[in-house]
Amino acid sequence: MTHQTPPASPRWTLDAFRHGVWSMLPLLPGLAAFGMAFGTVTARKGFSLLDTLLMTGSVFAGMAQMIVMDNWPARLTVAAIAGTAAITALVNLRFLLIGATLRPWLETSPSLKVYPTLFFLTEPNWLLSMRYRSDGGNDPAFLLGSGVIVYVVWVLSAVPGYWLGAAVGDPHAFGLDLVVPAFFMAMLVTLWRGKRPAIAWLVSGGVAIAADWLFGSFWYLIAGALAGGIVGGFVDD
Amino acid sequence: MIDSDPLGFIAALAAMTVTVYLSRAGGYWLIGRFRIGPRLRRMLDALPGAIIASALAPLLLHDGGRAGLALGAAAATMVILRNDFAAVLAGVAVAAAAFALGL
Repeated sequence: MTHQTPPASPRWTLDAFRHGVWSMLPLLPGLAAFGMAFGTVTARKGFSLLDTLLMTGSVFAGMAQMIVMDNWPARLTVAAIAGTAAITALVNLRFLLIGATLRPWLETSPSLKVYPTLFFLTEPNWLLSMRYRSDGGNDPAFLLGSGVIVYVVWVLSAVPGYWLGAAVGDPHAFGLDLVVPAFFMAMLVTLWRGKRPAIAWLVSGGVAIAADWLFGSFWYLIAGALAGGIVGGFVDD
Repeated sequence: MIDSDPLGFIAALAAMTVTVYLSRAGGYWLIGRFRIGPRLRRMLDALPGAIIASALAPLLLHDGGRAGLALGAAAATMVILRNDFAAVLAGVAVAAAAFALGL
């Protein structure tokens, strides 16, 4: 692949892991609210708490889990399971792009560290890690730490959600449904590099709105991201 | 339905888990088969903003005033204070206030 001598592998330190954990703090209430909502949904659908924890702990993909729960098949035939996997793949397609952006950073690290770390990849901890990197950080343990705390909160918060059920109340009333979007907005501010690169954002937003209107569901994320990525590659010319 | 078919449940979980992991690791693996030139690098660099814009634009359209006010407050707070926590807090507070006002 690379023909130059590879640069030294960055160190993975406990300090950077902790830094990653602490950086996620502003998001944890929103994640917990989302995790509790998932526990509530599984309780209403008649799943046991063990089933709920098994799913949330192994799959670890909030949006995919919610959508699959909404469409959970009455009988788990082979075709139904394949359909469930297909929905999951569609919802998570955007992670192919997200993972690709990590290549320049992680490729000098051993695969035995990188591939387990990728299990903990989520949008928020990816965005934080990208900013950490553009601020000069280079320790991949930041990515791992910020991912592990998301995992822990996501899995644990399903338990009170499962027990409390409908008593959780309306997350809209407390604005909790907008924690992650507000965080995205804050990240967008830190990503600002002038007007020209922002053209790609406008294209992304426009394409996403069009795709949402045309195809609905989650296609808009993939269509918008691809469009913005392509425009972003050419906009400096 | 679940208790009657534990094998099916485990199979569905395994299928989902493998699919999700492949999506997380697959892009990283796949891009390693290519040489990342300056053009591809710029495309990858543009992706964080592109994904955020794609996630937020339809939300702003559907959720109208409440989301717009909340995200505007989050952005303004971030520009002034450069602090994630304050930005999220401002967004959530404005969202809750807008909800209370019936927006």
